[in-house]
Amino acid sequence: MTFSRIVSMGHYQPSRVLTNDDLAQMVDTNDEWIQSRVGIKERRIADSETVADMASAAAEKALAGSGLSAADIDLVVVATTSSIDRCPNVATRVAKKLGITAPGAFDLNTACSGFSYALATADHAIRAGASKNAIVIGAEKLSDITDWTDRTTCVIFADGAGAAVVSASDTEGISPVLWGSEPDKGDAVVIEGWRPYIQQAGQTVFRWATFSLPKLAVEACERAGVKPQELAAFVPHQANLRIIEPLARKLGAPDIIVARDVVESGNTSAASIPMALSKLVERREIPSGAPVLLFGFGGGLTYAGQVVRCP
Amino acid sequence: MTKEEIVAGLAEILEEVAGVNPEDVTEDKSFTDDLDVDSLSMVEVVVAAEEKFGVKIPDDEVQNLKSVGDAATFVLNQQAA
Repeated sequence: MTFSRIVSMGHYQPSRVLTNDDLAQMVDTNDEWIQSRVGIKERRIADSETVADMASAAAEKALAGSGLSAADIDLVVVATTSSIDRCPNVATRVAKKLGITAPGAFDLNTACSGFSYALATADHAIRAGASKNAIVIGAEKLSDITDWTDRTTCVIFADGAGAAVVSASDTEGISPVLWGSEPDKGDAVVIEGWRPYIQQAGQTVFRWATFSLPKLAVEACERAGVKPQELAAFVPHQANLRIIEPLARKLGAPDIIVARDVVESGNTSAASIPMALSKLVERREIPSGAPVLLFGFGGGLTYAGQVVRCP
Repeated sequence: MTKEEIVAGLAEILEEVAGVNPEDVTEDKSFTDDLDVDSLSMVEVVVAAEEKFGVKIPDDEVQNLKSVGDAATFVLNQQAA
């Protein structure tokens, strides 16, 4: 039986920092309000970088850390909800940039839960024998689809990318995924129309995330055969610190590391989980091989989670 | 349940969820302006109130519950229904 595992991670963030004080110059808000409502201190906003540029930069770093070369990669999956161009897709643009000549290459959109869906899809491809070495990316340029006059959303969203190299393995490094959706609540987060902007019903999303998701996160652990207390870390989608903290508390594992990259990076949708995980790996905060729960959730409303072994 | 009992129950919830002094919780108080309960804490208050009083408070209704009295009246009407 073939399994898959994450071999290496990489991330990229634009250099331009947008602080809460900067936002206070643009809309009626202030640092105290933003920090108390969403826990964000600053975020990164792209200038000329496209989604594909950021995805490529993150993928390049992940590939460099994997010990593999471009020729070894046979699958590129990109989770994104903010790529404006429809064709060529982001995945083939990344492949071209990295010199990966003939991979299976596709984009996938489940909004903020995208990375966990993409990782599961790559895991399935490897388990099925359709791939041996894949690159899985979450990349977003949400600044393109943010209404910079709407103070309820523009303080939240940001840009960035994170990537994982995923390879075939004799041991299970990526657990079976728990994925699903609640289509009836779809109106709570929308990016609609010809000039789309992100709009969300904050209270509805908050209620769903803090009262409906905790049991699903525990179920994702059960599916992996890992107790929450046995986890080394929890890397949820970096939506909002006010969501992350109760979600983590309700896992019932007070001693594990909880990713809080939202504080410095804002909410980067599908990019948030791989960026946060990549930073934890880079800082060596999680031992190699230790179990980490990834849990994505957002627009759709969709969710997906799995336990991975830290590279 | 009387309205006074519901207000007392709401005071307990507000203390637990948002650290509000129960003595400050009277019918005329606005959740946001007087008690400093923000929109996300309000969701936690609503969920706790649903459990405590055995009622359903739809998302659309939450924005109409400006004061403690509004919430107590809504709960009272739901319990009577």
